[in-house]
Parts: sequence; C-alpha cells; structure tokens
Amino acid sequence: MNAAFPLMGNSGAASSSAAASKAKVTAEGSTASAPGVGTTLRMKVSKLNFYYGKNHALHSVSLDIATNRVTALIGPSGCGKSTLLRTLNRMHETLRHTRLEGEISLDGVNILTLDVTKLRRLVGMVFQKPNPFPKSIYENVAYGLRINGHKGRLDDAVEKSLRRAALWDEVKDKLQKSAYALSGGQQQRLCIARALAVDPEVLLLDEPCSALDPVNTAKIEELLFELKPSCTLVIVTHNMQQAARVSDSTAFMLNGDLIEFSPTGQMFTTPSDPRTEAYITGRFG
Amino acid sequence: MNARLIWRKSLNVTMLSLTGLCALLTVSALFFILGYLMWNGGKDLSWNFFTRLPAPVGEVGGGMANAIVGSLKLLLLAALIGVPIGLLGGVYLAEFGGRTVPFLVRYTADLLNGVPSIVIGIFAYALVVMPMHHFSTLAGGFALGIMVIPTVLRNTENFLRDVPSSLREGSFALGANKWRMIATVVLPAASRGILTGVLLALARVAGETAPLIFTAFGNRYWSPGWMQPTSSLPVIIYTYATGPYEDWHRQAWAAGLVLLGLVLVTNILVRTFLSGGTSFERS
Repeated sequence: MNAAFPLMGNSGAASSSAAASKAKVTAEGSTASAPGVGTTLRMKVSKLNFYYGKNHALHSVSLDIATNRVTALIGPSGCGKSTLLRTLNRMHETLRHTRLEGEISLDGVNILTLDVTKLRRLVGMVFQKPNPFPKSIYENVAYGLRINGHKGRLDDAVEKSLRRAALWDEVKDKLQKSAYALSGGQQQRLCIARALAVDPEVLLLDEPCSALDPVNTAKIEELLFELKPSCTLVIVTHNMQQAARVSDSTAFMLNGDLIEFSPTGQMFTTPSDPRTEAYITGRFG
Repeated sequence: MNARLIWRKSLNVTMLSLTGLCALLTVSALFFILGYLMWNGGKDLSWNFFTRLPAPVGEVGGGMANAIVGSLKLLLLAALIGVPIGLLGGVYLAEFGGRTVPFLVRYTADLLNGVPSIVIGIFAYALVVMPMHHFSTLAGGFALGIMVIPTVLRNTENFLRDVPSSLREGSFALGANKWRMIATVVLPAASRGILTGVLLALARVAGETAPLIFTAFGNRYWSPGWMQPTSSLPVIIYTYATGPYEDWHRQAWAAGLVLLGLVLVTNILVRTFLSGGTSFERS
C-alpha cells in the first residue's frame, strides 16, 4: 500500500509548495485499506474531521481513492457521505460556518494549499439534480472552458466532451437549443459533459441518478464504465444495487464514521463489520 | 332554519357583488382616465405637438417637443444614476451580504421608497441646484435617479434570490470564482426580471412632477446640454393646466395623454415580452 503513491500527476500541479506537502502525506497511516493490488492512489483523505458549526459531521475519516477506479460511498441519509464527497473539491467552502481538520491530497498535493479554482478544474462534480445553466447546450459545455481561458478550438472540445458523455448523437443537430429542451436524463449527461470539458482527473458524482428513471440510470451507469479508463470516479449513492453494479470499492458510512472500506465484491458478500452487514441486508437505513 | 339559510345566501350574494363591484371600479378607473384624456386631449394631438416648441403666450398652437425630449433626457439621467447603484446594491444584498447589513439596507431602501417625492426634490435642490446656483437637467435627473434606486434594488435582489442555488453550485464546481459565477450564471438567469423592474421603475418616475419643479424647473425653449433648466411633460402639464389660457388647457390634456401613453405602452410591452421574469427551470 505504501508503494501505491503515484508520481506527480500530469495535472501541472508540480509547484514547490506541492512538493512539500507530498512528503507529509506519505508518513500518514490509514484506517481504511486501499482497494486492489497494482492500483495507484489519486486522492487520499487522512483523519478528516468536518464541522457544520458545532455539528461534528465527519469523525476522523481516512480513505484512499484509487486512480481510474470507481469508489462508491454508501450509507443512510445524514451519514456524511455527501459531506465527504463535497470536501474532495472543497465545495463545502461555499457554505458558511464550516470547519475542516485533517488532510486531503490529490496526487500527493494537499488540496487545501491549491488554488480552489484550479482544484475544481481537476476535481469536477455532478449533482443530485441535473442543474444545466439557462444557456444553450453548446454554451453549457463550453462554460468551464471559457471561464478557465481555454486555448484552442472550442467547437472541438465541446464535441469531444459531448461524445465522452454519450450525448453527442442526440444533440449534435440542436447545439444552440436551450439545455432545458432536453429530458432529465439528457440534462444529467449534459452536466457530466460540462464537467468533463475541463478534463478533470477526478469526477465526483453526488447521487447522480436519484432524479432519473431506470432507463436513464442505466445509461449513466454505462457511461461510468466508459469513463473509468480516463477518469477517477467517486459516486455517492443511496442505491446499494447501484454501488454493487458500478463500483470497484465501496465505503460504508454511518453517523459520520467510516465503518468499512473494502473492494465492492467483498463488501457485499462478506462484510467484516456487523453494522455493514445489517445495512446491506436491509435491516436498517 | 329556513330564514337562516336565506340570510346566509343573501349575505353571500351581497358580498360577492360588493367585491366584484370594487374590482370593476379599479379596472374602470384606468379606462375612465384614459377615455377622459383621449376625449379632451386627443383632438389637440397633431404632428406639430411633437415637433414644435411652445407658442409664445397669447398665440394659439405650438407644441411640446422640448418637454418630450426633456423628459426623455431626465429619464436617461435617472437610469444612468439609479440603475447601476440599485443593480449592484441588489447583487450585494442577494449574493454577498450576511444577515445584519442586508436587513439594514433593505429596511432603509423601503423607507427611501416611502419618502415623499417632494422631499427628494428638496434634497436634490440642496445638493445639486444650490452649489451650481441654477436649475438644470442634471439636478432633475439626479432627483429621479434617487427615486429609482430602491425599486431597482429590491427588485434585483428578489429576482437574484429566485435563481436556484444549484446553478451557483454548478458554476463553482467548474472553478468559477464568486464574481465570475454571478456575472456568467446568476445575472443572465435573472436578467429578464431585472430588466422588467428597471423599465417599470423608470415608467413610474416618468410621471413625477414634484421633484422636478425646483430641480429641472422648466423651459419654454430647447435646453442645450445637461446644465440648463429643461422642460418636462409632468411640469408642463402642471403649468399649463393651472394657467389662464384656454389653449394651454387643451395642450395640457394632450400632454397628459402623451405621458400616460408613454407609461402605458412601456408597461404593456415590458409585461408582454419580458413576462415571467425568469429564464431558469423552476423545481
């Protein structure tokens, strides 16, 4: 597991402060084991404590996120899985009165030392409800490129992102139409395309299928498989079958604690913690 | 039992007719005013009215071209002064403020909205006219601009607050900073509502007379530039309607019709083409 630290990524994150924090991270141990052999780590969460005001939402959570794998976070409502996900690209900073202790690293660099704009370009996010901007389909995808000062042909980048999100064939003839003209499932894939446009290393998905019907859910799940070779995925889901279908490793959370983190197959067949077993067999939650 | 039922039913019918009648009176007030203005002012509306200066006292005819242009200049100034302040203030209230400051600003804006327009006129008189030692278009525009601020501010804030926070998150998640997010997502999403508010606020002050009497004053001729007193539709209506000449009275009616027409057309156009006010999906 110690050998699993990656080289500095191709993210252009190799700054001098980054090298310093990388050395710190390697010394840390982890309560949760990294999944699989031969994988490298994209992100590492170490002893993370998180507070909403006085509410202690995450209790010393440690988690390794493997490169180009799907990591699922499951647990009952209010267990902190969405909170954990949001700390990974510092979306919690948009809320008032939050406090974070501990360390989160991306390719060995402490994300708290990164410029938040740059971090969110490297770690993209897709939300529970599709939230396309009130702009055209084209402008939705181009948005991230525009605000990040994209150089090169915008058209090509937009087409590439829409193809990666398996949406191109459905929208190629109506790129200038409003994004709201699309169905809910298409809107969610548009949001994925929008996030992919800036070429993130990690994509966070916060219950991306909870507002979708089974057909569109299946499309998104299929998409996750296609994205896996090029992107590290972390998905929060309410749906245990979904976690079992799409993820390589699963973390089970309860009341702000990370109870168990293991390869998905193992988690759903031979959970090591009785609380995990109780949850996945449907005794609570 | 039966008597009770009759009493209840008759009360029901009475109240229904009474409320309906009051609703009808509200509607008919506008149409009565419009009809009365058309009857009295319509026949004096001519091409000359829009293109000629007022005729010298004692002569019949002439027009109000200078007052129409003066009103438009005053409104332009009011927009230049009031809209940026109201708009950016509204953005602050909706996007940046904490709890206490926005509360105070909102409260103050509502109070400012309730300040009688003549008092705003005195304020502009003291602040602009006195130091300059003469009446001017600038002073009138300043007075109207102040009156526009609270309306634009509150309206902008309300429409910005209506923009779902999921859109803000979506923008943040792509690496936008706060101002970028506001400028590229929130303001465009609320733009129709904000524009509606601005135009309605301007239409509202277009008819203000009191703050103009001792700021823009009046002018029987063209007012060059921005530093001279200028004529305006509301003030010229006041002057002509209270004047001693029959011809003036007729011209005042015509001016009233033009002013109401201007405001009414703006209102109807705005409400028709920008109605709804939002361009995002409601959840």
